[in-house]
Amino acid sequence: MIVRILGEGQYDIDEAGLEKLNDLDAAVESACKGTDEAVFDSALAALLDGVRALGVQHPVDAIDSSDLILPGPGSTLAEVSEMLGDDGLIPG
Amino acid sequence: MSVMKRLSLVFKAKANKALDKAEDPREVLDYSYQKQLQMLQQVRRGVADVATSRKRVELQINGLNQQSEKLTQQAQKAIEMNREDLAREALTRKSGLTQQVNDLNTQLATLQGEEEKLTLAQQRLQAKVESFRTKKETIKATYTAAEAQTRINEAVSGIGEEMGDVGMAMQRAEDKTLEMQARAGAVDELLSSGALDDLTAGPSDDITRQLDALSSTNDVEAELAALKGLSAPQKTQALPEADSSVIDVPSNEKQAEQ
Repeated sequence: MIVRILGEGQYDIDEAGLEKLNDLDAAVESACKGTDEAVFDSALAALLDGVRALGVQHPVDAIDSSDLILPGPGSTLAEVSEMLGDDGLIPG
Repeated sequence: MSVMKRLSLVFKAKANKALDKAEDPREVLDYSYQKQLQMLQQVRRGVADVATSRKRVELQINGLNQQSEKLTQQAQKAIEMNREDLAREALTRKSGLTQQVNDLNTQLATLQGEEEKLTLAQQRLQAKVESFRTKKETIKATYTAAEAQTRINEAVSGIGEEMGDVGMAMQRAEDKTLEMQARAGAVDELLSSGALDDLTAGPSDDITRQLDALSSTNDVEAELAALKGLSAPQKTQALPEADSSVIDVPSNEKQAEQ
């Protein structure tokens, strides 16, 4: 699986790694529904750190589309909601 | 993985829309390549903009540091002349400047961070664009409709994603730069003709003026004393040891002025 962190690049992650990231992603998702910026910041940072730790950087000159895309570090709650579009409240 | 999945769907929907617009796969490749070159150009300009802003902030920091240095010297001079009030005033103004410098240093760090990120994004996009160019020619050469379409889908959505990604990095950098430029512009304005002018150049002028006034009084007295020493031999005769002191005093005072 290729995971992209916006503004940073792509990482290759194996199945076992993805499972570990599931919990971290669930935390980000629930933070997205709230309005607490600090909670969201730490949840997103934890998920991004997880991707960086478990993944291997995808070759820069390879043209492959990512399976999963994540907001970049320092993204705010408002920015992420905007990126996700108007269906922000409908579970994906 | 819902946040990740949803964001991926958003990007894929955009890439598909771009693909739907063009019909001949070969045209899609060429069109996409043109778009990428344009994007790369934009990113380069973006990097240059951020670098310019960073340099401007650096210049402002240097300017403020010089002002602050000047105020320190003035404070020292004032102390040497026993004018604690003036020294206090100079140091108060200096502390105002120190705060400005700290603010600007924070801005500088932010701009440096954005510049680095944008430079990395530019390098990444450049590598992707170069690789796309070769891949595009291969696909066109071995073109058979069915096979090529999948490859084109991959290539276009892969590169489209990269462009969206870099575009977002650039947007952030631009926002930050505009913000910095607005603040930097405000400092410039203040420095050249405004409140900050009164805080730095203006006030340091009246400190300078007062110090100069003190110096010139001392100068006059010193010269008078020197002249008296030279043209009034009776005095030196009356006080044989005063001769050296009369000459010493002016030279001491002159040192103090410097």
